Amino acid sequence: MADDIRALSAQLAQDPQSLVFLRLGEALRRKGQLEAALRVAMNGLERHPHLADAHDLYARILTDKHNYERAFDEWDMAVRIAPHHTGALKGLAFLYFKVGDIEQAEAHLAAAKRVAPDDPSIDQAIAMMRKGVGPPSPTPSPAPEPATTAASSTAAVSSSGFDEARVFAGLEGANEGLLLVDGAGRVLGGALRDASGADVTDSVAAYLAGVSQEAARTAKLLGLGAWNGLSAEGQHGNVHLAHPTPEALLLVVRERGMPLGRLAILAQRATIMAQRWLERQ
Amino acid sequence: MSKALDMITRVRGVRGAMLVSAEDGLVVAEQLMEGIKGGAVAALAASLAGRLRRAMDAAGTGTSVFWHLQAEQGALLVVPGGEAAGSLLVVSVTEPDVNIGLVRLELLRVAETAV
Repeated sequence: MADDIRALSAQLAQDPQSLVFLRLGEALRRKGQLEAALRVAMNGLERHPHLADAHDLYARILTDKHNYERAFDEWDMAVRIAPHHTGALKGLAFLYFKVGDIEQAEAHLAAAKRVAPDDPSIDQAIAMMRKGVGPPSPTPSPAPEPATTAASSTAAVSSSGFDEARVFAGLEGANEGLLLVDGAGRVLGGALRDASGADVTDSVAAYLAGVSQEAARTAKLLGLGAWNGLSAEGQHGNVHLAHPTPEALLLVVRERGMPLGRLAILAQRATIMAQRWLERQ
Repeated sequence: MSKALDMITRVRGVRGAMLVSAEDGLVVAEQLMEGIKGGAVAALAASLAGRLRRAMDAAGTGTSVFWHLQAEQGALLVVPGGEAAGSLLVVSVTEPDVNIGLVRLELLRVAETAV
């Protein structure tokens, strides 16, 4: 293994643009040299930002480092670039299982199976999940999810009545900075808390329908066509309002430090999750 | 004031810039391309600004310092001038592919210097 790493490092040094960083990063990851693997993956991503395999590698390393939120983002990106990327689909299934969203975990494994019907690891993961054990972690030495932990995690998510918590499962700030409401201002999912930690979900939801109607009227009367987003920087926080469907509104709220561009990307991801969730209802 | 608005309209893709009274939605100063109705822009921007302010207050994010309505065929960008400036809004109507960051900077500059 050490020889492999040396050889791969030499190849990469000779041709920094080559895709050999994928094999080197994976070899380092398997050897547990996570910081080195991370550097290799990040350098590779800088050179090949639209390569799904690079995002997949980065996500696996992040998962090894227990940085699940970032890993989710990277696998999500990999699937956007290559919707049939089985590694990313399995990775997302693993993370969905970890937050107790069995339905999404199964859906991602099923999608992976459609792409690679002969991959025995997918069947194995489905079987394990149905037994209440976590699907194999994408890490080289998986620590099996204790059944009790998995069960309690599932119970915690399912106990929220209307499954609000599931709407944005796995997304950063799912229960404090993301809100999904219907056209009449009724909460469908997510929650909002202000800086002091107070729940402001209902009061904000009540105002959103008015903001949306005014945004639609403004865009229409000014000849700008249909509106598709409203971003605002506040003194203490930034917000982005979108409409995942004509009848629903999605609000993302983050601290002032998050730039509006990044907030818009986050909102886009949340919009996709909200659309999927709304389709299932 | 017209000179200040020039700074905004010089940015490629900007179709017009205005100073608007946030309280009553009336035009204070404007520099618009043909076909853009200043009165309508002022009234609608002020109305949307009011609703957005109430929602942001409720969310605890504080008063907005910049907001941006994105639409299929263009955008509306606004910087509220603040209480000290008599609640004026610096408003810009743009094409959809405008450099938002640049327009934002010019709007903030006008809000600081001219308002």
